[in-house]
Amino acid sequence: MIRIHNVTRRFGRHAAVDNASINIGAGDSVALWGGNGAGKTTLIRCVLGLLRFQGSIEVGGYDVRRHGKHARRLIGYVPQELGFYDDLGVAEAVVFFARLKGLSLRSADAVLASVGLPGQDRKRIRELSGGMKQRLALAIAMLGDPPILVLDEVTASLDACGREEFVSLLSRLGGEGRTMLFASHRVEEVTTLAKRVVHLDKGCVTSITDTHAFLGHLGMGSVLHLTLPPSVREPAMTLLRASGFSPRLNGVGLMVPVPDEQKAAPFRVLAEGRIAIDDFEVISNAQMRRLEAHA
Amino acid sequence: MTALPASIRLPSAPASVLSNTAAIALRELREAVRSRWFMLYTLAFAALGLGISYVSAVGAGGAGLSGFGRTTAGLINLVLLVVPLMALTAGAGSIAGDRERGMLSYLLCQPVSRAEVLLGKFIGLAAALLACLCLGLGACAAVMVWKGQATQPASFLWLAALSFALALTMLSVGMLISVLARKASVAVGTAIFVWLTLVFVTDLGLMAGAMALKLRIEELFGLSLINPLQVFKMWSLHSGDATLDVLGPAGLYAVEEHGPALHAIFGGCMAAWVITPLAAAAAIFARRSPL
Repeated sequence: MIRIHNVTRRFGRHAAVDNASINIGAGDSVALWGGNGAGKTTLIRCVLGLLRFQGSIEVGGYDVRRHGKHARRLIGYVPQELGFYDDLGVAEAVVFFARLKGLSLRSADAVLASVGLPGQDRKRIRELSGGMKQRLALAIAMLGDPPILVLDEVTASLDACGREEFVSLLSRLGGEGRTMLFASHRVEEVTTLAKRVVHLDKGCVTSITDTHAFLGHLGMGSVLHLTLPPSVREPAMTLLRASGFSPRLNGVGLMVPVPDEQKAAPFRVLAEGRIAIDDFEVISNAQMRRLEAHA
Repeated sequence: MTALPASIRLPSAPASVLSNTAAIALRELREAVRSRWFMLYTLAFAALGLGISYVSAVGAGGAGLSGFGRTTAGLINLVLLVVPLMALTAGAGSIAGDRERGMLSYLLCQPVSRAEVLLGKFIGLAAALLACLCLGLGACAAVMVWKGQATQPASFLWLAALSFALALTMLSVGMLISVLARKASVAVGTAIFVWLTLVFVTDLGLMAGAMALKLRIEELFGLSLINPLQVFKMWSLHSGDATLDVLGPAGLYAVEEHGPALHAIFGGCMAAWVITPLAAAAAIFARRSPL
């Protein structure tokens, strides 16, 4: 869905992104991870066609340089902070961006309700809180039901509560089969939303790992080994994926990588889905690596 | 081009150039009409225009001169000062202001092309300037009708049309400045400098150049065509009651040498002043980072 091939972007003599190559398939969710100045935002800006670069980027098969408009049609983008006319009404903004996406939208009510902003359509953008503005940006990004979501440190300006709500909203949207590419500094965001993590350092891709390995790399997290009857394994996989986990099947059940502070979360998800667990085991990442090495 | 998986529902084709340009133009027009600069310029333009119209109308009553023609002549100087300032600053603030506030990059992350954004902003601002001119000149016309001096409406309408053409040329220059400047304050400062240059320095420069370099009359006329404000002035006088004789030998030369072709010459100059800066702005905007 997104093909980034040998992309280099320089600012003067400094390479902000240096020969980066990443392939992101349909339904994949990829986090860009790295410190400040690692090149996460620059890479996202290249994908959006905002910056010129060497190499090539295709979105849905469209070259972002030659067919930028077509490529961006497939992308819903949420920035770190919504920068738009502050005096504009919320509904007016939604209708304006809908028109740019080729949609004729008479009312913004349903769109705003879908991101938890019902009844806010008469307000001006400047009257919204930071969290509400991000929800508005998400509502605008979701117009036209784009298959790709691109997010640039979207929770950076939110408080803890707002962050949790927003990530949960994104998790729901990501679970609908959308492709996601996002930059983040927060481990819990990466473990909740990403299936794979791209490590960037000084503009270079240093590794591409799954979230389980990512947590191991950070010396954090565990893997839950859940024993389940065969008939409920597939529904359990679907439920857990929809909640932002990345489970995989093994012989007698599922292996679910979880951050240390969320070990109970998969049990809650399965209980809400009325799926009974026969047995479970918590394996630390260090143990897991030893087991994998032994195998 | 690789095919997209059938399981993912693709949105329909991108909106057309026309639709996107119209949406951005409408947005820009609404934003301009709500802004303080639009209110201030409109009020100032209308107030000064009303003053000129009233004085002209009163004077016309005494001297028996035709109202609209006399007012038109008075308004030419007002338009020469106010309209370029208005259009230059509006254009200069557009792209640079949006860039500074982060709005430009957000807009360009949507399925729109840079040409659509630039053209949309140009059309929106042009419509706002047209509204401003209509309100200002409309108020003047109302005074003339009220005073019973509406004897030459055609010359007044022609002045309005030329004022709009002048606004377009200056808006185009303003947008070029806006695309080049990193900050809105720099863009607006540059626009004011350009305005001063066009309004005062060019006039004085032409006079000084003609004397110091002993320019031939055709060279003087040619040089005056470089400044869109001079073109506006000559075209307005040529079309109104007055003749280009009032501009001296250069005016006489223009009438004698080019005669009926003068309209085409002036029109061509104005069109070039609209198209060239806007095309340059589009070319630079297409290559420059919006950040």
